[in-house]
Amino acid sequence: MAELLLELFCEEIPAGLQGRAGADLQRLVCEALGEAGLVPKDAAAFATPRRLMLGLTGLPERSADVSEERKGPRVGAPDKAIEGFLRAAGLDSVDQAEIVSDAKKGDYYLARIERPGRQTSDVIADVVPDVIRRFPWPKSMRWGAGSLRWVRPMHAILCLLEGQVVALEVDGIESGNHTFGHRFMAPDPIEVTGLQDYLAKLKAAYVVLDPHARRQIIIEHARRAASEAGLELVEDNGLLDENAGLVEWPVVMMGAFDEAYLDVPAEVLVTSMKAHQKCFSLRDPKTGKLVNRFVLVSNLIAEDGGAAIVAGNERVIRARLSDARFFWEQDLKSSLESRLPRLKELIFHAKLGSVHDKSHAVARLAMDLAEAVPGANKKHCEQAALLAKADLVSEMVGEFPDLQGVMGGYYARHDGLDEAVAQAIAQHYAPQGPSDAVPSDPTAIVAALGDKLYSLVGFFGIDERPTGSRDPYALRRAALGVIRIILENELRLDLNRWFTRTAEVYRDIGENVVTENWTDAYDVNSELLGFFADRLKVYLRDRGAKHDLIDAVFALPNQDDLVMIVRRVEALGVFLESDDGANLLAGVKRAQNILRIEEKKDKRAYDGELDAKLLKDAQEKALAKAIGESEKAVAKAIENEDLEAAMAALAKLRQPVDAFFDHVTVNADDVKLRENRLKLLAQIRSATLSVADFTKIEG
Amino acid sequence: MNKKSAQTRLRPDLSFQDLILVLQHYWADFGCVILQPYDMEVGAGTFHPATTLRALGPRSWKAAYVQPSRRPTDGRYGDNPNRLQHYYQFQVVLKPSPADIQQRYLDSLFAIGIDAKNHDIRFVEDDWESPTLGAWGLGWEVWCDGMEVSQFTYFQQVGGFDCDPVMGELTYGLERLAMYVQGVDNVYDLNFNGGEGAAKVSYGDIFLQAEQEYSRFNFEHANTETLARHFADAEDECKALLAAGDEGERHTMALPAYDQCIKASHLFNLLDARGVISVTERQAYILRVRDLAKACCEAWLKTAGGGHG
Repeated sequence: MAELLLELFCEEIPAGLQGRAGADLQRLVCEALGEAGLVPKDAAAFATPRRLMLGLTGLPERSADVSEERKGPRVGAPDKAIEGFLRAAGLDSVDQAEIVSDAKKGDYYLARIERPGRQTSDVIADVVPDVIRRFPWPKSMRWGAGSLRWVRPMHAILCLLEGQVVALEVDGIESGNHTFGHRFMAPDPIEVTGLQDYLAKLKAAYVVLDPHARRQIIIEHARRAASEAGLELVEDNGLLDENAGLVEWPVVMMGAFDEAYLDVPAEVLVTSMKAHQKCFSLRDPKTGKLVNRFVLVSNLIAEDGGAAIVAGNERVIRARLSDARFFWEQDLKSSLESRLPRLKELIFHAKLGSVHDKSHAVARLAMDLAEAVPGANKKHCEQAALLAKADLVSEMVGEFPDLQGVMGGYYARHDGLDEAVAQAIAQHYAPQGPSDAVPSDPTAIVAALGDKLYSLVGFFGIDERPTGSRDPYALRRAALGVIRIILENELRLDLNRWFTRTAEVYRDIGENVVTENWTDAYDVNSELLGFFADRLKVYLRDRGAKHDLIDAVFALPNQDDLVMIVRRVEALGVFLESDDGANLLAGVKRAQNILRIEEKKDKRAYDGELDAKLLKDAQEKALAKAIGESEKAVAKAIENEDLEAAMAALAKLRQPVDAFFDHVTVNADDVKLRENRLKLLAQIRSATLSVADFTKIEG
Repeated sequence: MNKKSAQTRLRPDLSFQDLILVLQHYWADFGCVILQPYDMEVGAGTFHPATTLRALGPRSWKAAYVQPSRRPTDGRYGDNPNRLQHYYQFQVVLKPSPADIQQRYLDSLFAIGIDAKNHDIRFVEDDWESPTLGAWGLGWEVWCDGMEVSQFTYFQQVGGFDCDPVMGELTYGLERLAMYVQGVDNVYDLNFNGGEGAAKVSYGDIFLQAEQEYSRFNFEHANTETLARHFADAEDECKALLAAGDEGERHTMALPAYDQCIKASHLFNLLDARGVISVTERQAYILRVRDLAKACCEAWLKTAGGGHG
């Protein structure tokens, strides 16, 4: 058993590419070795800013001999067939093939291919250069006068099998037995004898190889530094990962800035320190408010204890915050409303007009939505929707696009607008993902719904639907947002009606939107509804609902009231867990099965009226009566949106259905009688259809 | 006085001009030709033909120079301590990029007083792209204690042509670097000449008035009709020179044609600062400049400098 140590040492790899690259290195090398019959017991890959490393243990020392027989064409077959066989078998001439006698089919050729096993080191010497040359970097480059492509210039290849250098060469870089430590703290070459030696020596040379370990050091040290100062770290996983990808030896330090900057909104300070400086913010655990401190992650144990590093970072943060304050003060000089004309310059989509067009259209839509959302003030909704995008042309959002919406909220407050309007502007992009908070204030609900409906209807209108993994306009997120806003606020909206209303608004806003060109490839409303149904299924499945129950409800026509759909799914779930429910389901399925077979046999549907006179047995009379009563009761309960009552009414069918199947023969000899009984079965099916399509339910 | 003692007298931590002189000495010692700034208005040192054009073709090339750079939209009427519409870049180009280029760069920082034992120096991903030059490269912004002090790029393409061999480009932001080593927070407070008391000349003494006046010009008074006309003139002239110098396999006027391309680029920047270019027009202007740049690069490859004969 042998151990492989491979390290590709290069100039600084972008932080965001390291994790994937480590995994790719492991996958590609293991795949290629596997093809040669070499499978390691254990594999581990790591990445730092300057190296990708792969360690394999338990590798065989050589691959096994392979002997293979390949059957060829019959003797005397056309030349083409024989040539093809020789090529596939790797033979030079037909003399190298054996001839096998076969009395039945005639003699044929057989190639015996003996592939002797190879030394593992030989295989590695082939595999590694090949993997390097075809490595899937999202972006790669050339350097100097060479032709190799890598993420940044490569300097060294450490490749040891059981401590012996595997000699290989890629574009002039020869493999060796040395690596380098930290760029500044241990720059000299380090000789390595194997995996354990490598790990120990790197650690001593100020390199934490494992990105998770670097991450852990950063978060623990940052939390500790914060708590020692009586503060709390504003945690941010993305920022943490990025920092772990920027250092080989993380050293966490704390700096401060002038308290006067705390007048600038907290989101601005946090974003400015994060986006430009990769620094963490800190807050007071008692008040939850930001304080004038920050945490920085450096890559150096400085000789002066870090004084110069902290001072330097403080100076840069000061300049950054001064810029941010300048933008903030500059922005406060113009009202949101005065910014509206500049939105004409921002294209929403070439076929859907400008952001200015969108703002006016959504404002109109918002006035209608206000009537459907309890407690919404029409005037506020209109104003919020109209001004929601105005911050896109502010200095601050120009600098920090992530702050869109949030800044609009601040500027609205500064303009003296109602707090509800300010909040609605701040939250109109929400929710941005499955875990993001959903707006709950009526004005914010309207602004957020309007924004999303407008995008969804417009992009579906011009046939820019998401396909596969492509969703450039984030329409899946928008639809999930609409679903969450509606469900979490229990809003009763008929989606179809709102799709139609939104399309009307597009038509009303005029020349910039070419609604004539909207797709006639499909019906926008029904496509959108199908899209929502899919998103809703995903949403409900994540919450533990059974997919077959969702399908059973969606199979009913005209399901566009999300709140009712979810209630049906829930009520159905409860019902089916009861004894009555489970038995009724079995009965409905039995009826359905019989019908399917007989309808197929007779090539007709049994969906006409019953002939009451032909009802002969007591059980079929009772069932017919029960169906009639149940249908009425269910219809009334559905009208009252009382799903429990609807289920209770359905439950009353269980006993008569069971009794019917126990005592009545459906396929009676009398043709008339048989037809009438099949129609009765069809009625069982239709009676349940006003609640759900039971045939879609499993079990 | 010998060279050594002249250099030891230099104090980049006290004087803006000494910072430049130290960098020039350092890169001269490495074998670079020390050029003077290009005598035209450009947005960055990259536009200098010593970078853009010399990046193309097979010939080796090592050069360093200061380039005054004009970015009209960055003007702040002299009110902002960090932003200027006119500033200096120190540009180093090495082709083919040497294997130890990173270490050479770090040593140059040491030469101006930034010791990597006490300062946190980091290479942070930065993909460089110039839409107007049809150029791109990969590299980093170099951070010193969180401040970006240089851009470091391995050129991959210029004017749509592959760079082979690859040129390494180092661009030092001189004002930022000087503010750092001098320890000042406002660019106008930089000591320019290293003098003390009455002998001191500050960056503000020299450039504050210019920042104020050019901000007025850039944002308010530049005649946009004239600018648009000059843009069209430069574009026409560039195309005319490219046509006139085209002798099939060879080209005889790549350099004058490229000057007109530079001119058009700067006129576009001025129009942009005046706020008269809409989003869609902006894209069209960029494409027009890029077309010129590409044609000039193509012409350059047919000249001696571009490796033709």
